[in-house]
Amino acid sequence: MEQEKFYYDNKIVKLFAYATIFWGLIGMTVGLLAALQLVFPALNFNWAPTTFGRVRPVHTNAVIFAFVGNGIFTGVYYSLQRLCKARMFSDKLSKIHFWGWQLIIVFAALTLFAGFTTSKEYAELEWPLDIAITLIWVVFGWNMFGTILQRRERHLYVAIWFYIATFVTVAVLHIVNSLEIPVSFLKSYSLYAGVQDALVQWWYGHNAVAFFLTTPYLGLMYYFIPKAAERPVYSYRLSIIHFWALIFLYIWAGPHHLLYTALPDWAQSLGVVFSIMLLAPSWGGMINGLLTLRGAWDKVRESVELKFLVVAVTAYGMATFEGPMLSLKNVNAIAHYTDWIVAHVHVGALGWNGFLTFGMLYWLYPKLFGRALYSQKLANFHFWIATIGILFYAIPMYWAGFTQSLMWKEFTAEGFLKYPNFLETVTKLAPLYALRSLGGVLYLAGFVVMIYNLIKTAQLGQPVTDEEAYAAPLTKEYLPHSKDHWHRVIERKPIQMLVWSLVVILIGGIIEMVPTFLIQSNVPTIASVKPYTPLELQGRDIYVREGCYTCHSQMIRPFRSETERYGEYSKAGEFVYDHPFQWGSKRTGPDLARIGGKYPDSWHFNHMEDPTTMSPGSIMPAYPWLIDDVLDVNSTPAKIRVMQTLGVPYPAGFDQIAVKHLTEQATKISQGLKKDGIEVKEDSEIIALIAYLQRLGTDIKAEKTAQN
Amino acid sequence: MKFINYLESIAGIEIFPLISLLVFSLFFIALIFYVIKADKKYIEHMQQIPFEQESQNK
Repeated sequence: MEQEKFYYDNKIVKLFAYATIFWGLIGMTVGLLAALQLVFPALNFNWAPTTFGRVRPVHTNAVIFAFVGNGIFTGVYYSLQRLCKARMFSDKLSKIHFWGWQLIIVFAALTLFAGFTTSKEYAELEWPLDIAITLIWVVFGWNMFGTILQRRERHLYVAIWFYIATFVTVAVLHIVNSLEIPVSFLKSYSLYAGVQDALVQWWYGHNAVAFFLTTPYLGLMYYFIPKAAERPVYSYRLSIIHFWALIFLYIWAGPHHLLYTALPDWAQSLGVVFSIMLLAPSWGGMINGLLTLRGAWDKVRESVELKFLVVAVTAYGMATFEGPMLSLKNVNAIAHYTDWIVAHVHVGALGWNGFLTFGMLYWLYPKLFGRALYSQKLANFHFWIATIGILFYAIPMYWAGFTQSLMWKEFTAEGFLKYPNFLETVTKLAPLYALRSLGGVLYLAGFVVMIYNLIKTAQLGQPVTDEEAYAAPLTKEYLPHSKDHWHRVIERKPIQMLVWSLVVILIGGIIEMVPTFLIQSNVPTIASVKPYTPLELQGRDIYVREGCYTCHSQMIRPFRSETERYGEYSKAGEFVYDHPFQWGSKRTGPDLARIGGKYPDSWHFNHMEDPTTMSPGSIMPAYPWLIDDVLDVNSTPAKIRVMQTLGVPYPAGFDQIAVKHLTEQATKISQGLKKDGIEVKEDSEIIALIAYLQRLGTDIKAEKTAQN
Repeated sequence: MKFINYLESIAGIEIFPLISLLVFSLFFIALIFYVIKADKKYIEHMQQIPFEQESQNK
C-alpha cells in the first residue's frame, strides 16, 4: 500500500493552547474578584462595570466559553488530525475560527462589563454576538467535517462522535435559546416569556453543561487518557453505549433546574426521571476512563499528566453522581438557590474541566515543542496545590449551602421563622466565603505555576509546527472492489452520525417543549396580571442591565418557609409578560417576587444609594450612579412596539403616548420621595427601578383585594 | 387561582413521560443488542486507532 506524506498542523493547536491559558488566567482572576466581593463589598469599587452583577457573568462566560472553549478546540484540533490521519481541512478556516472566537470573547467581555446582557445565564450575550457565534461555530463545523471527509482512516473513533454531537447540539441549543427580537443594536427581548422562557433557558443551560463542558471533554478523555497511559480504552463497547445513552438522556434533564417552580408538574417529573437515569451512562464513562489504567496504575505515580487526568475523571464521577441526587425533589428543595449548587458546578469546572485541560496541556506541550516538560517538580506542585484549592473551595461552599438552607427553613416553637431577617443567613456565611476565596487563590496560584512551566518548556524547545506523517489514502484500498459503493459509504458515515445525533437530541427537546408551548393559549391569563407600564418596563431593563438576577430570584416556591418569608407562592400566569423571565437561580439576597409594596419608595432609594444604611452588614453593592444617570426615555416607543410584536397587549398606538405615560408616573414617584425629604430628578434611572420593584408581585395582591 | 385547572386541562399529558421512557428503553435495548453482536475485529481495530500513527511513522 502506498503511503502518502502529509503534515499535521500544530500551529493552530498551539494558538488555541495559548488562548486557553490566557483566558483561563483572566476568567479565574475575575472569578476570584467575584468571590472576594461577597466578603469585602468594597471590592465592587462603587463603579457599575465592577459590581458583582456584571462581574459574575463575565466570570462564567470567560471560564465556559473562553477557557474551556479554547481548551476544546486545542484538543479537537490536535486529536482530530491524528484520528483522521489528515491535516485540518483548511488552514484558512482554522485561522478564521481561531481569531473569530477570540474577537467574540473580547467583545463579550466588553459588552458584559458595560451592562449589555440578555440575562439568560451562560447566554447573556446580545444578539449581534449571538450571530457572530453562530457564524464562527459553522466555520468550526465546516473545518471539522472537511477534515473528516478527507480522512485516511476509514472508521471514526469514538472521540470524533463526541465532537460531532457537540457541534450539532450546541448549534441547536444556541439558536433556539437565542431567539430574540432586537430593540436596538445591543438590546433585545427574548421571544419567549415566563414559563416558556424558563423552560427553554434551562433546557439550554443544562445542555450547555452537557454539550459544551461534558461531551467535548469526554471526547478528549477518550483520546488523551489512552495516549497518556499508552494503552487502549478499557472497553470500546462500553464507549459506544456511553455515547448514545448520554446524548439521548442529557437533553431531557433541563427541567430539574426548575423544580417546585411554576413549571408544569409533568415536565418537572420528566426532568427528574431522566436526570436519575443519566447517572448510568455518566458513570459508565467514568469507569471506562479509570479502568483504562487497569494494570498501569504505577504510571500514575510518575506521570503528572495522568495524575491530572485521573482526578479529572474522578471529579466527573462525583459531579455526575451529585447531579442526579440534586435533581431529586426533596434534595433540590434544600439545595436550590444556595451555595450547594455553586460547590457542585465548581467540582465540575475546577476538577473535571480544569484538571483535564491541565493534564492535556502537560501532555501536549512536550509534543508541540519537541522536548520534555521544563519541570516535573513544578507540575507536581501545581497538581497538589490545585487539588487542595478545590477542597478549600468546595467544602466551605457545601457547608454554606446547608447552613443557609437550614436557616431559611427553621421555625421557632411558636411557628414563626427563626431567622426572619434574610441578612442574618448571609452574614453567617462570611467566613465560609473567605475560605472559598482562599481555595480560589490556591487554585489560581497553581495555574500561574503551570503557565511559567509551560512558557519555559516552549522557550527551551524547538516548536514542531508542521509535523510530518505518513498514511495510506483511503479510497485506493477499495478501488479494486467496488469504488463507488465504498467511497460513498465512507463519506456518508460522518454525515449519518451528525443526522442521528441530531435526531436523538431533538426527541428529548421536542417532547419536553412542544406541549408547554401548545398550552400557551390555554394559560388562563390571570385577569389582574397586566403588562408593565412604560416606566416599569424601563426599570426592569435596568434590573436586567445591573445583573440583579445573579443574586435575587423572583420565584417563590410553595413551601411554608418561603410563603411565610416572602408571601404567596409564584404562579405561572404571573409571568406571561416577562420577556425575558427573571426567576434567577441563586439567592445571595432575598427573593424579590413579592417585593412590591413591602417597603416605601424612600427605603428603596436609600437602599440603592447605600444598602448598608437600610440593612447594616449587607454585602450588596451600592448603586449611586442610578441616582445621577438620566433615563433614556427615547428608547421607550421602540421597546413598546417590540413587546407588542411579542404579544404583550398594549393598546394600538400606545408607543406614541408611552413617554407621556412614563413621565407622569415618574413625576408621581419623585413627588412622593420629596415628601420624605429626598430630592431627586424625576428623569433619573432610580425612579424607573423603584417603579419596577414596587410593581413586583402586586398583581395577585390586587386580585385578592378585589375578591375580598 | 386557576393554575391547577390549567394543568388538568391538558388532555393526556401524563402519557408524555411514559412515551419518553418507552422510547429510551427501546433505544437502549437496541443499542445493547448492537454492541453485543458487534464484530470483535472491528472493536479491536477501533480501540487501536489513537495509536496507529506511531507504529506507522516511527
